[in-house]
Amino acid sequence: MLTILLDGIAYGMLLFVLASGLSVTLGLMNFINLAHGAFAMVGGYVTALLMNRAGAPFLLTLPLAFLIPALIGVALERTLYRRLYGASPLDQVLFSIGLVFMAMPIANFFLGDQPQQVHLPPWLSGRLEFHGVGIGVYRLFIIAVCGVAAAALQIFLVKTRFGARLRAAVDDARVASGLGVDVDRLFAITFAVGSGLAGLGGALAADVVGGIDPSFPLKYMVTFLIVVTIGGSNGILGALVGSLLLGVLDVAGKYYVPSIGAFIIYFVMVVTLILRPQGLFARGDAR
Amino acid sequence: MSAPALEARGLVRRFGGLTATDDVSFAVQPGARQALIGPNGAGKTTLINLLTGVVKPSEGAVLLQGEDVTALSSNKRVRRGLARTFQINQLFPDMSPAESLGLAISERLGRGRDFWRVAGSRPGIVDEIEELLARFGLVSVMDQPTRTLPYGKQRLLEIALALACKPKVLLLDEPAAGVPEEERHDILAALAALPAEVAILLIEHDMDLVFNFATRISVLVAGRLLCEGEPAAIAADERVRAVYLGEDAHG
Amino acid sequence: MSAAQTLDEKAKLEAHLRRHERWRWSEIAFWAAILVLIFALPSRAGLLNEILIAGLFALSLDLILGLTGVVSLGQAAFFGVGAYGAAILSAYGLSEPTLGLLLASALAALLGLATAPLLLRGSDLTRLMVTMGVSLMLGELANRNSWLTGGADGLNIAMSPVLGLFPIGFTGQRNAALYSFVVLFLLFVGARRLAQSPFGLSLTAVRENRLRAGALGISTSRRIIGIYALSAAYAGAAGALLAQTTQIVSLDVFDFHRSADVMLMLIIGGAGYLYGGIVGATVFIVLKDVISGATPEYWEFWIGGLLVVLVLIGRDNMRELARRRIKTILPGAAK
Repeated sequence: MLTILLDGIAYGMLLFVLASGLSVTLGLMNFINLAHGAFAMVGGYVTALLMNRAGAPFLLTLPLAFLIPALIGVALERTLYRRLYGASPLDQVLFSIGLVFMAMPIANFFLGDQPQQVHLPPWLSGRLEFHGVGIGVYRLFIIAVCGVAAAALQIFLVKTRFGARLRAAVDDARVASGLGVDVDRLFAITFAVGSGLAGLGGALAADVVGGIDPSFPLKYMVTFLIVVTIGGSNGILGALVGSLLLGVLDVAGKYYVPSIGAFIIYFVMVVTLILRPQGLFARGDAR
Repeated sequence: MSAPALEARGLVRRFGGLTATDDVSFAVQPGARQALIGPNGAGKTTLINLLTGVVKPSEGAVLLQGEDVTALSSNKRVRRGLARTFQINQLFPDMSPAESLGLAISERLGRGRDFWRVAGSRPGIVDEIEELLARFGLVSVMDQPTRTLPYGKQRLLEIALALACKPKVLLLDEPAAGVPEEERHDILAALAALPAEVAILLIEHDMDLVFNFATRISVLVAGRLLCEGEPAAIAADERVRAVYLGEDAHG
Repeated sequence: MSAAQTLDEKAKLEAHLRRHERWRWSEIAFWAAILVLIFALPSRAGLLNEILIAGLFALSLDLILGLTGVVSLGQAAFFGVGAYGAAILSAYGLSEPTLGLLLASALAALLGLATAPLLLRGSDLTRLMVTMGVSLMLGELANRNSWLTGGADGLNIAMSPVLGLFPIGFTGQRNAALYSFVVLFLLFVGARRLAQSPFGLSLTAVRENRLRAGALGISTSRRIIGIYALSAAYAGAAGALLAQTTQIVSLDVFDFHRSADVMLMLIIGGAGYLYGGIVGATVFIVLKDVISGATPEYWEFWIGGLLVVLVLIGRDNMRELARRRIKTILPGAAK
């Protein structure tokens, strides 16, 4: 059972990294970006392609899996997203769905619809045994990397001046820019980091979900949204707790009651929204 | 002596550490012309929200014609005869004044859930709309979308809408706020012509309006009721003057 | 003010209040045209049927989004319940279509009633999420309970003739389109009357200023629940039509795609005047037909592009444009 718990935690950490970018854009920038999964897909493809076609080692691909989606994110943010910062939630949702609908066929066109597999290096494969509890090495790796990412993100946002400026800019962009904060650059960087994290998550997730294929963004879009819903967007801690909770529930649910499947996370989301519809999005809930 | 039209008993409202309304008790008699004044931040808006049910009190009660309505939602209080206007116009931008009034009247008559007949096909309603439009000088603009109306006319519609509910008590939240000079006297005339049997509580900054209109004035300062009485007494009260010192006293 | 003037004014007032009541010639022409097409293009009956069903589905969304201002990405839930409801009823012996349609819509309406309270609190974003979540939950439930729903294989059904007289099976494609047409038309008439009634007016008020609506004594929550249940019934009817006229139901009725597509149709056609759903459905499905002929796998790309462009242009701008052009032709029931 502990194995399942650890598996759940690993899955949860993965969800966290994947969804943290979404949590950041939603909670800190008030923007609903359903296309988030597309950046994850790009990251996954980067790793898969570099490993499979260029023979690059797994670890080396990870920074690129972060960087390339981040760059794409900035480009899109500067050109398209920024026009919709003040738009209604429905408009933002429709816009980002539109982007996803465009991204998937593009991936299909260039890379075909067969999943691209990521083959883990031998040192990451296999299992470890601690006092009778088994855990995959890769799972541990995920927990470690994601944990570091989470900590870094938290420190970044809370302890640095950048983080303070970002929070100020979100609370009142005009006042912030009046105080000399470059709001535009702030948002661009934030969006880049969020997309980059998604990419990193996608790269890490590739093995867990059986390869990256063009339908990845849509398949997991809902999962990301659920993470953000349950965990809230009031900070990294909330997103982390939400992700872990979700990860454990999902893995445990599928193991113990296979016929439930994904039902349980949808159910939890709906229940959470019933109980705390305002509280979860307290920061961005001006509508 | 019959019950007051509207009564607040020991109303308290706290927001975290802030006490916006501090043990406020007062009564508005049937047919009254009462005004509530106070400096900015005194808590007038919170008090209105408490009376109308938009906000629930931390303590205390609201009574409408002797009945405790504290637990009732705001739309239910309207049905019991408590109507209000808003400081910033709350109108239906794309509906015409005629339609807006027709809606209010329809709802009052309990016809709001009719889903088959066309709105406005009941003759009684048309008569009443006509009468309200005439009373508030809105006949010339009756079929135009509300958002195209000049501000003064919108303000008049705001009052007309509240009146369409045939309330026993009417709360007017700064009815003259933002109205340009040329259109102010229309508002004042409309206020003067309000039905005598309706109890009116006027929240205002404009002292001219207050002293012209009210026969009784309550003064709210920092969430507490400072004093109450006839206009002459209030105007002469030292404490009231002190509170308004330092504020730009617009006449 | 002379008595004659007052009488004049009253007449003008009443005329204004009832200005949309009479059917314009353009509306009659619209419906007549569809009917003519069904008879004139028997080989395209399947496509026309698809348009009519999608139009009904989009109309259901218009009732909540266009009329009442409530956003939802989960109409597929009711569509799916209607579809599977009709299919399962038929599998268990109730194969007369109209009865099946009524019961399936009623079932969808019940679901709407049950889930409506979820919409009342929270922001638009919450609503989008909750509605999406509910429809996904149902999809998942349908997937897991293959004993009832046929799971991934779906259900094949056979329908009796409509009212015992008009067969709508594979040989009755035109009849199927007619059947959908009649259902759509009747439901449209109902919606049109509703939108112009005091109830409909109160929904418009809820959309335009919910605060004020409450301040007029309107119990906004109950009205929203009511219209949501009705819109669920309409969506369920559309689903039932799909099941009955195509004789097959599969899990994709609960897909997020369905909710997104119907939203797009309504946006293309314009929300709030009741005809937008049908117009949008026509444009959407015809485009899909044309583009799929050329590049089937990349249809999604163009849809996405269209969505992005539409949003960037601004739905309000689109609506203004549409309202000015189309309003003179098809005023429908919106103010």
